[in-house]
Amino acid sequence: MTTLPETNRPGQKKLGLVIDLDTCVGCQACAVSCKEWNTQGYSAPLTDLEPYGPDPAGAWLNRIHGYETGDGNNARGLHFPRSCLHCETPACVTVCPTGASYKREEDGIVLVNPDTCIGCKLCSWACPYGAREYDRDDGVMKKCTLCVDRIYNDNLEPQDRLPACVKACPTGARHFGDLADETSHVSQLVKARGGFDLLPQMDYKPVNKYLPPRPRRDTTGGVKAAPMEPVGKGDGSLTERVFSWIDEVLS
Amino acid sequence: MHPAYSVILFTTASGAGYGLLALLGLTGASHGSASDFWFGAVSMLVALGLITVGLLSSTFHLGHPERAWRAFSQWRSSWLSREGVLAVATYIPACLFGLLWVLPDSNEILLAILGISTAILAMVTVVCTAMIYASLATIRAWRHWMVVPVYLIFSIATGAVLLFALASVFGRSGIPALGVITIVALLLAGLAKLIYWIGIDNMKPIYTMGDATGLGGDVRQWELPHTSENYIQSEMGYRVARKHARKLRMIVGGCLAAALLLVWAAFSLESDAAPVFAVAAVVLSGIAAVVERWLFFAQARHVVSLFYGEQSV
Repeated sequence: MTTLPETNRPGQKKLGLVIDLDTCVGCQACAVSCKEWNTQGYSAPLTDLEPYGPDPAGAWLNRIHGYETGDGNNARGLHFPRSCLHCETPACVTVCPTGASYKREEDGIVLVNPDTCIGCKLCSWACPYGAREYDRDDGVMKKCTLCVDRIYNDNLEPQDRLPACVKACPTGARHFGDLADETSHVSQLVKARGGFDLLPQMDYKPVNKYLPPRPRRDTTGGVKAAPMEPVGKGDGSLTERVFSWIDEVLS
Repeated sequence: MHPAYSVILFTTASGAGYGLLALLGLTGASHGSASDFWFGAVSMLVALGLITVGLLSSTFHLGHPERAWRAFSQWRSSWLSREGVLAVATYIPACLFGLLWVLPDSNEILLAILGISTAILAMVTVVCTAMIYASLATIRAWRHWMVVPVYLIFSIATGAVLLFALASVFGRSGIPALGVITIVALLLAGLAKLIYWIGIDNMKPIYTMGDATGLGGDVRQWELPHTSENYIQSEMGYRVARKHARKLRMIVGGCLAAALLLVWAAFSLESDAAPVFAVAAVVLSGIAAVVERWLFFAQARHVVSLFYGEQSV
């Protein structure tokens, strides 16, 4: 059913990710791990076309961008993982003509049913975040499932019941939890670090949050490093003149 | 946005078909049975044929056309689903109307009821097609208030030129009302498109790369997530036709103007060449509609392009 379920009822979960832009190092481990898990799980196959050819293409559910902000001493580069934000009011769900795209009532995960998707691509047009990628080979739309086949999977050890991207992150920049629960560690992180929504003015109400980069620490105390001496402009000492003479002879 | 040929063919062909169908419905409702069996039968077949070709072509771009029937289920939330439901629903009064209309001396009240309901359903279907695009908050050029009127007026104008040409071929080029309706519809189509183009050209950007990334202020892209183009870029980042927009807009305006002059000539000159003029007008108005629809896609910028280097949309 592509009409949205009732949200914000007591006890209803809002599962999602909190991504720390301060500690993400852009290693792509989350993207690779996501691809590896999802090409054999719920979204299988997550097709690559000509992966070793001159123009490889394929559906990925997680993409890591690089952006820079600020100027001069305040310039900084940062890595920006982008995937489905499991919005509370996702237009990608309501535009779906078949009911293949849906939002789960119990935990808010947005999924595509690969057996009823007709591959019309309208949901990808409705998403401002570019979260959905069409699988040309499979003929259906693919998107982040929040690893629905891991987080509830009794066959995995409890510590492995996390989205593959979170499990893979070597710097702990990705956090998974219930954002409806104010006491959860993800909600606490959002509160402590000023977690924010992407494009809040579009009113899709993303569940996933991003943590801003921490302000730069200035350990020099504002003292600028001394400029380097330009080469060839010496102090006129004897040693200097000797080296200068050797330089001339050799050149 | 990437302009898929199947979607352009679908929206223009079915648009013309629904426009013609609506005009035929109103003709039957106001004038009773068709004056000539073959005129009536050929006109109905052209209208339903264009609609059917358009609807079938819209399934070509689907990943799973065999599942297309599922698209009738979500009419409560999806404009695409509503369009599918109405497109099929329109066939019912349209076929009944067509059968009754081509027969001589049909019951005029029944004909009027069927003709008017066919016309209404045809136009509502076109509105649903337009709303598929106009309802997307991610593409600001499609949220413009002229999108629905443009779809409607192009449907009526291309349908009217078709009806005029069919009437001419069957020796009825001099019907004053039809000539006037066709010329006015072509004029309005050009005017509506002009208002739309001026509107989108003067749209101030409201979303920035800073809003998209949440980093605010001055944000620049320094590294793409992938080395070759992905689905998001090829589908949402289409740029080819955008740079030819000015010339293509002039082609749309020129074709509409030429079609208008040909209809006027065929209508007023009472020459034997009237059917030739009228058929040429059909071709020209068709080109105008296809180029206009191409631009509608190619000039539309998607919010997601902010993640891929566009500074504002």
